[in-house]
Order: sequence, then structure tokens, then C-alpha cells
Amino acid sequence: MNIGTRKILDRSFTAVGIGSIIVMAIALMIVVLPIITNGIGAVFFTGTVEHRKMLFSEFKRGDSEGLSSEVASSERYRSKVYDMLTGFETELETMAPEKKVEYKAKYAQVRAALQALLGPLPGDSAPMLTRFKYGQTRWEKSEEKLHDLLYESKWDNSNPDVMSKEYFVSRAIGFQGTSLVKLFPYVKDNLEKMLLPEFTVYWGFITDSSVDSHFFGGIWPEIQGTFFLAVGAMLFAFPLGVVAAVYFTEYARPGFLNSMLRSANSTLAGVPSIVFGMFGLAFFINTLKVSESKSVIAGALTLAIMILPTIIRAAEEAILAVPKTYREASLSLGSTKWNTIATVILPAALPGILTGGVISLGRAAGETAPIIFTAAVSVGSAIGLADVFSSPTPALSWNIYNLASEHEAASQIRHVQYGMVLALVSIVLMLNLSAIVLRARISKKLKG
Amino acid sequence: MDARESSGSASAQKATRDIYLPPERRKISGGDTTHISAKEFSIYYGEFEAVKRVSADILSKYVTAIIGPSGCGKSTFLRSINRMNDLIPSCHTTGALLFDGQDIYGKFTDEVLLRKKVGMVFQKPNPFPKSIFDNIAYGPRLHGVNDKKKLMEIVERSLKKAAIWDEVCDRLDKNALGLSGGQQQRICVARTLAVEPEVLLLDEPTSALDPKATAKIEDLIQELRGSYTIMIVTHNMQQASRVSDSTMFFYEGVLVEHASTAQLFTNPKDPMTEDYITGRFS
Ligand SMILES: Nc1ncnc2c1ncn2[C@@H]1O[C@H](COP(=O)(O)OP(=O)(O)OP(=O)(O)O)[C@@H](O)[C@H]1O
Ligand SMILES: [Mg+2]
Repeated sequence: MNIGTRKILDRSFTAVGIGSIIVMAIALMIVVLPIITNGIGAVFFTGTVEHRKMLFSEFKRGDSEGLSSEVASSERYRSKVYDMLTGFETELETMAPEKKVEYKAKYAQVRAALQALLGPLPGDSAPMLTRFKYGQTRWEKSEEKLHDLLYESKWDNSNPDVMSKEYFVSRAIGFQGTSLVKLFPYVKDNLEKMLLPEFTVYWGFITDSSVDSHFFGGIWPEIQGTFFLAVGAMLFAFPLGVVAAVYFTEYARPGFLNSMLRSANSTLAGVPSIVFGMFGLAFFINTLKVSESKSVIAGALTLAIMILPTIIRAAEEAILAVPKTYREASLSLGSTKWNTIATVILPAALPGILTGGVISLGRAAGETAPIIFTAAVSVGSAIGLADVFSSPTPALSWNIYNLASEHEAASQIRHVQYGMVLALVSIVLMLNLSAIVLRARISKKLKG
Repeated sequence: MDARESSGSASAQKATRDIYLPPERRKISGGDTTHISAKEFSIYYGEFEAVKRVSADILSKYVTAIIGPSGCGKSTFLRSINRMNDLIPSCHTTGALLFDGQDIYGKFTDEVLLRKKVGMVFQKPNPFPKSIFDNIAYGPRLHGVNDKKKLMEIVERSLKKAAIWDEVCDRLDKNALGLSGGQQQRICVARTLAVEPEVLLLDEPTSALDPKATAKIEDLIQELRGSYTIMIVTHNMQQASRVSDSTMFFYEGVLVEHASTAQLFTNPKDPMTEDYITGRFS
């Protein structure tokens, strides 16, 4: 091959390599950027006076004097709204019966939209659910709710050949000629004064428990649950996996049984995680009865079984990669086999073993399916260490799924869901980063 | 087999010594007992007989060189003395190989104890990925020495014996892999000496080293001669004649000739030996 062709080949390989890296980076950006921007919104956002009210009464946080003066100033603007409502209700009584029915329905919609914005209105009975006790706590959401108040959503399905289209009709037009027509411009102009938006940093998102199934509050029980499950799984799987790897590489005699065990291990590594979930339920809870029903320990054991093959394989490879000469040197000094493994082989294999361990730890933290039947609940408080044998726990992976698909008001609390995703991604990233650092430090020590 | 039979009668020993050693080298006290003795000793890898019915006596405290073309079974023989061949599952032996009259492959021989007495230095320097101190202290720690001061003493003594103390005394806590190949090899010698073995097996210890480092190792062997029974495998004929008292020539697993180094190199009995040392084949 002449030098020109060789150079062109080299260059084109470089170009293709760089190109694929760029494509991957862009794909990663597309996935990660919204997670970061939306997830950060769970902690940093523009909060309203309703948020501060909620914090004060649900978490006893914030200063009461400042809050009452804020509430007083917002009430000054809100009372005009309330007055308009009572005014209209009196007007309603004097209307002709058909008109009355028509307006009553429309009025109920207005009231509901106002409740969503400002919280319970005078004359409402005390709400049962915490989420109805407060108006909009986040400013960007209040703007959406304001739109709901100002416009009625309608669907245009006049043309059967195309999909029906949503369009909006101003509610003010519907109330033309009544006293309520003034309400709409008033709320629009004074919303800021009624809600007092303010830049808010809510670290409690990380450290608080949730209130009313994630409507308010934070995700600490989920973070803690994830931590318990992942670390618990590691506590079982890591020692077991390393011991198994030592057995496979150092003690097992080659033969039928050994190759069976090895291929069983490889197969196990490829089994879908939901199967492990079912197995965990059937084996740990129904057969072994490690707990009455779902519990952290059952989930951790299930996750442990799931990550065990990976740990074994990584440890095996790391042990096999230790130069034979170390083993010879140690044995020739009069070391026993076991001592050689403990003092020479395992330390030299440690970086590789740890890498496998941390990859597995990240996987244990992120998997949903194995804990659905064995450990996870959608809402719950943080559990104590003593409860791991009996209590189930919320966990990030499961709650992300839950908030995305099963929560009754998923669209209202997207920020919580994104916050959880960000928390999970950060935890896994932090684990991997610490593993890289640890690995680098050990390798450096080994290399001198 | 018992001890008396293996070491033979005193007169037989004297005869062995007279054959192997040139008069000018015969000045080591205590160097007149058989330390290692092979009787019709064969080593197999599965069906393949790599060392064939070797009988030889190796005297205490002298240097014995093993030469022969590649693949003739030098390493296999050497490694059988401290049972490093146990690592190869297919490897087994027949006949007897005695160490101080005890059958090395006997049923009741503790190979861990044996290796403590029979140290080995390998062809490629293989220090552990640990500090220099921990490398040397590895053996003593293994055998129960944990006192820091005592360990330090042993480390210093071993490094001095291996003629590398001056080069590393100010960086004992540094990783041994950071040293040069020649230094690493002497660290390996020191590591073996720290266990205070009786026998030192060296399998081509200088083949990975430059001439200067090689000279240091050869000097070291001269230093240690008289204190340890040393067996050295080498491809370098000059090296064998420089450092050894007696030489064994192997060819295709057979011990062709075993004689004092001076005799083997100046007046070989076997024509095959002559061909080999004159470089007619290799
Ligand atoms: N693990 C093994 N399994 C099977 N055969 C082996 C094994 N190790 C060595 N042999 C064979 O045994 C014979 C002797 O090998 P050995 O390593 O002792 O030779 P050597 O004299 O040390 O050679 P060299 O000078 O190249 O090191 C060779 O034919 C070799 O192929
Ligand atoms: Mg060899």
C-alpha cells in the first residue's frame, strides 16, 4: 500500500471516529439537557406566596411575621375578587331561571379556575386533600392557570376529515353584561400582587418528605430508599460475587459442572430484570418469607441476585488479568494458596473488581422492575434502618415510573418527576465518578 | 526412602565432591553434604516426558549451573525442586527427588514449608505492585514476623545482601515497579533472601537485564556462594563458567553430563556436551 493511500485511510478513520463521538455527544445532550434544566426547576423556581404558606403550615418553615404581612398584602388584592364573586352571586339570584342555569354552569367553571389559582375561596368548605388547600405555588404554573381562567377550551370538530382542533374562547365574552366581566381583566392585571412571585431556592426538595403524594414537599424518602436498596444489594452481592469469582478462577476444577456453572452465570446476566422481580416475590417473600410482604430487604436481595452475575464476571476477569508471575512469586516465598489470593491476587485485581461493583451499584440504583413486587411503594415516609426488614420504601426508579404513568395528576407535578430523574442520574453519576477516582488511585498505587 | 540412603555414605559423598569441584574452588566449609538428590527422576506434562530419569547429587552451598538448548527441560527440572510445577495440573513425576533426604514429592511433604527453604528467582523480574519495603517484608510477615523494628532489620539485611541497599535505602516506601529491571531483579533476590532459604533457584535471572545489571547479579551470586545452595539456569556459557562450581548439561530432557564446571568446559566427556559448548548447535 503506498503512503498516500495509507494516509487517506488513517485520516478517514480519524474522521469517522470523531464523527461518531460527536453524534453520541449530541444524542447525550438531547437526553440530558432537558433532564438538567427541568430537574433543576424542582429546586430553583419562582415560588408564590402560596408556596410559602404551604411551607409554613406543612413544614413549619419560614418566618411567620413576614408571611402574615405578605398574606395581608395579597389578601388586599384578593378581597376585590371575592367581592366580585359575592356581587355576581347576588346578581345571579335575580336572574331569569333559564339565564340563571346557563350562568351557574359557567360560573362554576370560573370558580374552579380561581380555586386552582388562589386556593380555597370564601364560602368553600375546608378541602380534604392538601393539594386543594393552596393555590398555585409555582409562578409558571399560575400563568397556565390564569389562561384557564381567561379562556375556555373548545374543540373544533366541524370537519370530519381532519383531527379536531382545540381553540380558546374568552370567558369574559360569556359574562358580557354582568358584573363578573370586570373580574377577568382584574385578575389578569393583579395576579402578581395576589400571588407575590419571588425567586425561590427550595433545598427541601432533596431533604423533605412529600406531602399529598408528591404535590408538595420533596423526595428524601425516595433518595433514601434508593440508597438503602442499592447499598443493601451490594452488601449481599459484592462479597458473594468476589468469593464466587475466586472459586471459579482458583479452586474449581475444569469439567462439566464447572462449565455448566459458568454458562448458567452468563445466562443469568442476560435475564430481563422483570423476571428477577417475579423471582424475588416468589422466592424471598412467598417461599423464604424474609418479610411479610414487600420490604427493603426483599428488594435488596432481589437486586443482589440480579447484579451478582455481573459482579462475578467482572471479578473473574480482573483476577484472571493478574499476572501469573505475582502468584508464582508469592508461592515461591512459602505462601499458602489462600494467603496468595488474599494478599497478592485480590489487591492487584481490586481496580477491576471495583469497577464491576460500581457499575452494578448504578444498575441496582436504577432498576425498576425487580423492586415493583418486592420493595417499592409509591408514597411513603423515609424509613429507619431498623425497619428495613419489615417496611417497603419509595425509591427513585419506581417513583419516576409511577409519576410518569400512574399518578392521578401527573401533568401537575412534572417538575417533581424531572427532579427525581435528575437526582437519580446524579446519584449514579456520582457513584461512577467516585469509582473512577478510587480506581485511578488504586491503580496508581499499584503502578508506583 | 530414608535420609541415610539418599545422602549415601561419607566416602561416596567425598567421591561426588571430588568429581564436581576443581581443587581451587573446594574451600567452602560445610560444602560437602548432598543437599538435593535426584534418583531416576522423571517429570511429565501429561504423556510427555520433559525430564527423563535424571540422577544427580547437588552439593550444599555450592553454585550449580544448568545449561542446555531451549526446551530441554532446564526450567522444568529447576521448578520441580520447589514444586512450582504443582501449578500446572497436567504435571506429574516419577522416581525420587530428595531434599535433605526427604522426598520432595512424598505424600507427607508440606510444599509450603519446602518453598520456604527453597527460594526462587524468576527469569522476568516480578516484584509485587507494593512498596519496596512491603516486597521484602512479604515473606517474613507471612512467616509470623510482625514487629516493625524486626522487619526493618530483616529488610535492611536482605537488601544489603542483595547489593541494592545503597540504591533504594531512601525510598523504601516507593513502589518497587518504579525501579529499573536490574534493580527489580535484585529486589526479587532480596525478597527471596528475606525468607532465609537454604536453596536459591535462579531461572535465567539475567536474561532480561543489560550487561551492567547482569554483572551485578553475577557478583551477587559470588557473594552468596558459600551461604546458600544455588542453582542457576542460564543460556550464557560464559556466565555458567564464571559463577558456578559444577554444571549440568541437559539435552532433550536427559542429563547428559554433570561435572565440575572447569572440567565440563575444558574437557567434556560427552561429545554432545562438546558440540553444545563449542556452539555447534544450540
Ligand atoms: N506447561 C507445560 N505443559 C506442557 N508442556 C510443557 C509445559 N511447560 C513446558 N513444557 C514442555 O516441556 C519441555 C521443557 O520445557 P522447559 O520450559 O523446561 O524448557 P527450558 O529448558 O527451560 O527451555 P528454555 O531455555 O527455552 O527456557 C518443552 O518441550 C516444553 O514444550
Ligand atoms: Mg526455561
